[in-house]
Amino acid sequence: MNHPSFPSFPLSRRVLCASATAALLLCHGTSALAATPKDTLVIAFGFDDIITMDPAEAFELSAGEVMGNIYDRLVRLDVNDPSKLVGDVAKSWTVSADGKTYTFELRPGLKFASGNPLTAEEAVYSLQRAVALDKSPAFILTQFGFSKDNVKEKIKQTGPLTLTLETDKAYAPTFVLNCLTANVGAIVDKKLLTANEQNGDWGYAWLKTRYAGSGPLKLREWRANEIVALERNDNYYGPKPPLARVIYRHVKEAATQRLLLEKGDIDMARNLSPQDLAALSSNKAVKLVSAPKSTVYYISLNQKNPTLAKPEVREALKWLVDYSAIGETVIKNIGVVHQNFLPLGLLGASKDNPYKLDVAKAKALLAKAGVPNGFKVTIDMRTIQPVQGITEAFQQTAKLAGIDVEIIPGDGKQVLTKYRARSHDMYIGDWGSDYWDPHSNADTFTRNPDNADDAKAKPLAWRNAWAIPELTKKSDAAVLERDAGKRKKMYEELQAEFRRTSPFIMLYQKTEVAALRSNVEGLTLGPTFDTNYMFRVAKR
Amino acid sequence: MRNSTASKSNHLPARGEGPPLAAATPPKAVEHEGLTAWLMSDRPASRRQAALGRAYGGCRMFARNRLAMLGLFIVLALVAVAVFADLLAPYSAYTGDLRTTRLLPPSWTHWFGTDDQGRDILSRLIHGSRITLFVVLLVAVLAAPIGLAVGTVAGYAGGLVDAGLMRITDIFLAFPRLILALAFVAALGPGIENAVIAIALTSWPPYARMARAETLSIRQTDYIAAVRLLGASPWRIVLRHIMPLCVSSVIVRVTLDMAGIILTAAGLGFLGLGAQPPMPEWGAMIANGRLYVLDQWWVAAAPGAAIFIVSLAFNLLGDGLRDALDPKGVK
Amino acid sequence: MAVPDPLALSPAPLAAAPRPAGPSRHARRLKALGRFGVVIFLTYLGLLAVTFFIGRVIPVDPVLAMVGDNAPPHVVARAREEIGLNKPLYAQFGLYLGKVLRGDLGTSVLTSNPVLQDIRRAFPATLELASLGIVLGAGLGVPLGVWAAVRRGRWVDQAVRIIGLVGYSVPIFWLGLMGLLVFYAKLGWVGGPGRIDVAYEFTLTPVTGLLLLDTAMAGEWEAFANALSHLILPASLLGYFSMAYISRMTRSFMLNELAQEYVVAARAKGLSEARIIWRHALRNAMVPLVTVIALSYAGLLEGSVLTETVFAWPGLGLYITNSLQNADMNAVLGGTLVVGSVFIGLNLLSDLLYTLLDPRTRAR
Repeated sequence: MNHPSFPSFPLSRRVLCASATAALLLCHGTSALAATPKDTLVIAFGFDDIITMDPAEAFELSAGEVMGNIYDRLVRLDVNDPSKLVGDVAKSWTVSADGKTYTFELRPGLKFASGNPLTAEEAVYSLQRAVALDKSPAFILTQFGFSKDNVKEKIKQTGPLTLTLETDKAYAPTFVLNCLTANVGAIVDKKLLTANEQNGDWGYAWLKTRYAGSGPLKLREWRANEIVALERNDNYYGPKPPLARVIYRHVKEAATQRLLLEKGDIDMARNLSPQDLAALSSNKAVKLVSAPKSTVYYISLNQKNPTLAKPEVREALKWLVDYSAIGETVIKNIGVVHQNFLPLGLLGASKDNPYKLDVAKAKALLAKAGVPNGFKVTIDMRTIQPVQGITEAFQQTAKLAGIDVEIIPGDGKQVLTKYRARSHDMYIGDWGSDYWDPHSNADTFTRNPDNADDAKAKPLAWRNAWAIPELTKKSDAAVLERDAGKRKKMYEELQAEFRRTSPFIMLYQKTEVAALRSNVEGLTLGPTFDTNYMFRVAKR
Repeated sequence: MRNSTASKSNHLPARGEGPPLAAATPPKAVEHEGLTAWLMSDRPASRRQAALGRAYGGCRMFARNRLAMLGLFIVLALVAVAVFADLLAPYSAYTGDLRTTRLLPPSWTHWFGTDDQGRDILSRLIHGSRITLFVVLLVAVLAAPIGLAVGTVAGYAGGLVDAGLMRITDIFLAFPRLILALAFVAALGPGIENAVIAIALTSWPPYARMARAETLSIRQTDYIAAVRLLGASPWRIVLRHIMPLCVSSVIVRVTLDMAGIILTAAGLGFLGLGAQPPMPEWGAMIANGRLYVLDQWWVAAAPGAAIFIVSLAFNLLGDGLRDALDPKGVK
Repeated sequence: MAVPDPLALSPAPLAAAPRPAGPSRHARRLKALGRFGVVIFLTYLGLLAVTFFIGRVIPVDPVLAMVGDNAPPHVVARAREEIGLNKPLYAQFGLYLGKVLRGDLGTSVLTSNPVLQDIRRAFPATLELASLGIVLGAGLGVPLGVWAAVRRGRWVDQAVRIIGLVGYSVPIFWLGLMGLLVFYAKLGWVGGPGRIDVAYEFTLTPVTGLLLLDTAMAGEWEAFANALSHLILPASLLGYFSMAYISRMTRSFMLNELAQEYVVAARAKGLSEARIIWRHALRNAMVPLVTVIALSYAGLLEGSVLTETVFAWPGLGLYITNSLQNADMNAVLGGTLVVGSVFIGLNLLSDLLYTLLDPRTRAR
């Protein structure tokens, strides 16, 4: 059978082949430029949670890291020993005898990136601004009794380089100072903001996408969900960053980050999964840097559910998680099993991890509670790893005691909305400290001043309807204890009771891991998300 | 002029099919017996005999198409696997051991390896065939008729009806599918049945547009004019004459979409509308395997291959059906 | 010869067939244009209304993205007030419509930018990707489909079917990651994820947002080559994906055409096979095929979230999905408007192409 040839086809096929070869040659020729520039640090990081560049408003993880690199504050944490504080723009500070007045003396000759001088006037303005704007992170300052009405008296400039802060109670000094290390205490450029003010908004609208700081790096550009570009700030008072530029590229997919890193198109990958990290550990061109973070993961039980409100049931569920198996597999390298609400590194954090998988014990407890054959319950879960892996493992181990766990998957904000409305049975999630002090976690886990539906404060304990007047009193006392040793003991007691009776199954503490090309040096990851200092990093 | 039920003898085979000139003469008369003779008769005595005869002819044509038979065979095998899942699966699809059987590569004990919870993938695949088949068939059965109906009516009616229906189609096409899924979650809660409805509601517009395009070409033809002159109402014309001609392209598109539906269901799972863990739905298995693509390739490969084979089977089946159902086709 | 067309359906054309003495052609055209405008407006309105009202129903709290999980309740309440969540639904929609008609698409909660600005950045990225993708997809799909139809039943037909099916049924993220693994990581033939190398990031001033165009206009040929190398892999992926579908549909339509009697007649007349296939059969098959290609293009323009995630491509798909997951309704509505316009525009274009390609579909 003679089939006619395709006269037009071979021609177009030839043309197609020719253009394809040309395109490939063209592309291959440019791959030589693929490696990152020598004076630039390129980091792959998922930062679609950044919504603002104003330190008085920023509360998200990624924005926190950027703020930590581009803004100064009165005091900073010592990254090598987070229990110590170092002065940032403040040279020294004193606390009055009654414990309510803090006096700071600033370094002389400081300048903003814009060239404007940094004096006590700007420091006072910054703190007053944060309180007056009263955005999400403002509570870190307003919890000391500051408000829009009194902040101008409570935070005052007393000299060209001195200022005072007056708190309403005699809090532990470490507590107050730790709070001042948070991003909300960043010093912003008063002249620049006043020049760009609109209707007395303290420059809020302008600063959302721009920069008015004095940190070692300055913000060059933020393109949402695309790129954050930082540059060396030549007006910085301290040692100049070794690299001229630090660029964050938004790459959500872990596998993509890994391929970029292996190829050398980025210098650092921040969101790799345990499998990727395991695979990269044998790659000579890559090294791993890790540090524990002050983020804890937990499963919580809504006390509005009558079965979950029974104390024996609460305890039984804590014996139905295979912590060690999870620790060795699902969270390997990215977390350590930790059964307390205070992350390790904070004052008073406990290392006791008494629970393990014990089905018999759980069954006995369930029998005592009157549900010997188990019960049905739902759990709300975000569809991300490792949370999903842990939930599925928990589902299986709970089944061994007859508890039928139905998983309700959802997207991040969707699940959170349900949680905040107290309409869940069980919830698996995490909590990151807002500032480096045990009260940040105690405030949410062991304090619930008002359990009503319309309460003014809604900590995690409230979200799970856990009524704890005694623990609330104890937590309030702990924050006012000025002796560090005594304070530590109080938190240890709190944790012991929490482990026994709380409706929280604490699972693990997060370990942050960064994978770097082997020629990148000087990276230390801090305990909070605003202590990941990229400005100390250099490339050989 | 296109013939609908033209007699066999006038048809000349297309190029590349059968001997060139021999078919210019009518095929040899074949002796049939009994029922077969009655069905294949050239002069059907009643409408029912003609209809049954046409159906029989269609089946014969289908049976002659080897690839379509292969497709049918695979689909039937799939149905059998779904029905006998409990007997066929070597392990449990729902339990695994994190410590000992996690992420094992394919071996003689676990033919397709194990997943990140230590569960045997083959067993999950077998149990998952039920859910997956259910989803796919339901969506096809819901979406295709709606699209076909809207498209043919719009194409035939023209004018304001056409414009109105097409604008509604545009609205559904442009509507972000995710928002519908989230709204369903709010209204009806999680679950795979709601996912089916959500997917079906957003899948019909392409069928409508295609059916309309075909209708626009067909409606000006002579035989449609003939039927109209005979006094057929527009509804009858659309239902009995135009729709059958559009069915073939819709079938092709639907069979192509099978894989897409499974993958869409997987995507909706992220929003809480879809298979709830630990359900071994294939799309959910693929979504899960996404994290292990580079090192533990088997976690996504097995359900992916399964989806591909099912897709292929439906595709072959669809092609065969198209040829068999096509009123313009060869008997 | 004004013979009334017996095949016409609506009564109006029958009356209009003999040249009417009534309103002039000009007035009729204006009327048609006016009606057309009203229809388009109603479509947009319907789209926005449905999206808006459903958006208020979804179980995500829009202020969560604005203030975060740890915000004190009074901050949350203030945020709700700011975005007008306490007003009745109709009032909110009315306000939004008013702003849209003035060209203000609102501000995105997630990026703190005006939505219009965000879209001006996200859409060209998707446009570039989708356009190259559809050119590859149709450019390969149509000839392959024709070939499969002509060689029906032979191995070519099956090969095209299998290749097409692989593209259509294999998850796109898998193809993307494998593509990156093979062509980028191992072979180094193409650029990696992202639109352009970091080295060129700040040397370009975006004019249209289409990197190929911008770099060509600025004469930056190195940057052009770089952008192309980054574009080629995801575009090929999308092209492969649409090629699968286009080739199947082309085959189907071509088979319909090749079974027609005019083909037999043309062969009998002695026309060459190639001429019959390309000049006659394909032209007739183009009418429904145009719909198929337009639908594919529109689908690509909607933005493929998974492709954009794997290739770190800051396009419309990621923008709309991210906004939706955070209930950032201004951004979602803005994105929906864009996508809606794309669909309406492409539908109109394909309708226009019908009348050009197939005289039978021209208005009576």
